[in-house]
Amino acid sequence: MKQHKTQRKAVALISGGLDSMLAVKVIQKQGIHVEGINFFTGFCVEGHTHAIRKKHKDKQKRNNALWVAEQLGIKLHIVDVVDEYKDILLNPVHGYGKNVNPCLDCKTFMVKKAVQWLHEHDFDFIITGEVVGQRPMSQRRETMPIVAKDSGGNDLLVRPLSAQQLPATLPEREGWLDRDRLYDFSGRTRKPQMALAEQFGFTEYAQPAGGCCMLTDESYAIKLQDMWHNRPTREYELDDIIMLKMGRHFRLAPHLKIIIGREEGENNFMQGYKNQFVSIFPTSHRGALCLVDGEFHSDHERDTALALVARYSQGKNAPEVSLGIRQIDGSETQHSVTPMPAQAIKKEWII
Amino acid sequence: MSPSKTEHQLDARRLLCPLPVIRTQDAVAKLQTGEQITVISTDPGTKMDIPSWCRINGHEVKSIQESDNEIIITIEINHC
Repeated sequence: MKQHKTQRKAVALISGGLDSMLAVKVIQKQGIHVEGINFFTGFCVEGHTHAIRKKHKDKQKRNNALWVAEQLGIKLHIVDVVDEYKDILLNPVHGYGKNVNPCLDCKTFMVKKAVQWLHEHDFDFIITGEVVGQRPMSQRRETMPIVAKDSGGNDLLVRPLSAQQLPATLPEREGWLDRDRLYDFSGRTRKPQMALAEQFGFTEYAQPAGGCCMLTDESYAIKLQDMWHNRPTREYELDDIIMLKMGRHFRLAPHLKIIIGREEGENNFMQGYKNQFVSIFPTSHRGALCLVDGEFHSDHERDTALALVARYSQGKNAPEVSLGIRQIDGSETQHSVTPMPAQAIKKEWII
Repeated sequence: MSPSKTEHQLDARRLLCPLPVIRTQDAVAKLQTGEQITVISTDPGTKMDIPSWCRINGHEVKSIQESDNEIIITIEINHC
């Protein structure tokens, strides 16, 4: 039995979006000590793109979860779950959403990790920014109890924004929280959240309702499915999923994909993979770096790749472009090709 | 005269947000109050994220330098 506690403690799942920000504030206002937890799965949208692409250099580069924590005056614990998350993505018990987003399994996993953290750090309950009916998969009235049960969070899991729509949790029954000062938000409308944000004086916040996961992005999902389809196994490493975010991807054959950098920032970043992938680079003109994921089974495949890379160089209208092919061991060969005309790029290559 | 600070270094180059912060967080957890750690990274987001992480956790950023696309941040640990 816990004794002599002067202040109850809650751990909050912080995504960096508005809902978790509001949920924390609601609980702080009831005198609860809150600390945040944020899970890095490898599929976060904001970090990689902004870091890699030079054209985003003017955008403010910040981690929204950290920013939110700072606005709320709470500690934030960022946990690397990249390896553990693979099983969630590859084998979701409740399946995928519209793309390759295993939202229900994902939320359950994160709450389960928070439960573990709670026990390790002697905290009392968990809060999330979930709202009944907000999301088609993980935030439905029927699925929210599944998250609570399967995660082991049970009645230690409090959703402050929708609490009045849900059965009373232990913190409410025990009087740690005043249920009347929790909320009854539901549905996809954002108006109640906007109004509460205004009431709390939050004038700046990240894109409402999250949207921070690449797995919900159609274009990314297609690239991921292509990778799975053309490899002997769906297992992946962090580098694999980062690579899916950069460059133009062309699937030339089941055993061969090439990735051509779109701009200087990506080219610079891709340079770091030259010891893991065969690379192609124009030598007679400025142009994009290309990484070869797979191998050439014929000179025709090699020349197709060279012509495509030439197409995306500044020599695209030149009669001939010289390019180098660098092997992983550093050895290089020189080649000259006619850049591929736009109309020769087959639609089925483009991922 | 204050005692000399024990200095540690963390190479977070080529890691993308939020990994430099996670690696910093994990390294700092093993250090004592008063020790210093220098984090070298290439993700421009670390210029905001590591100081932000330090502020919410009570650690002090002693300096931020940039050279050759590298960001070098020195932190003094304070496990308050």
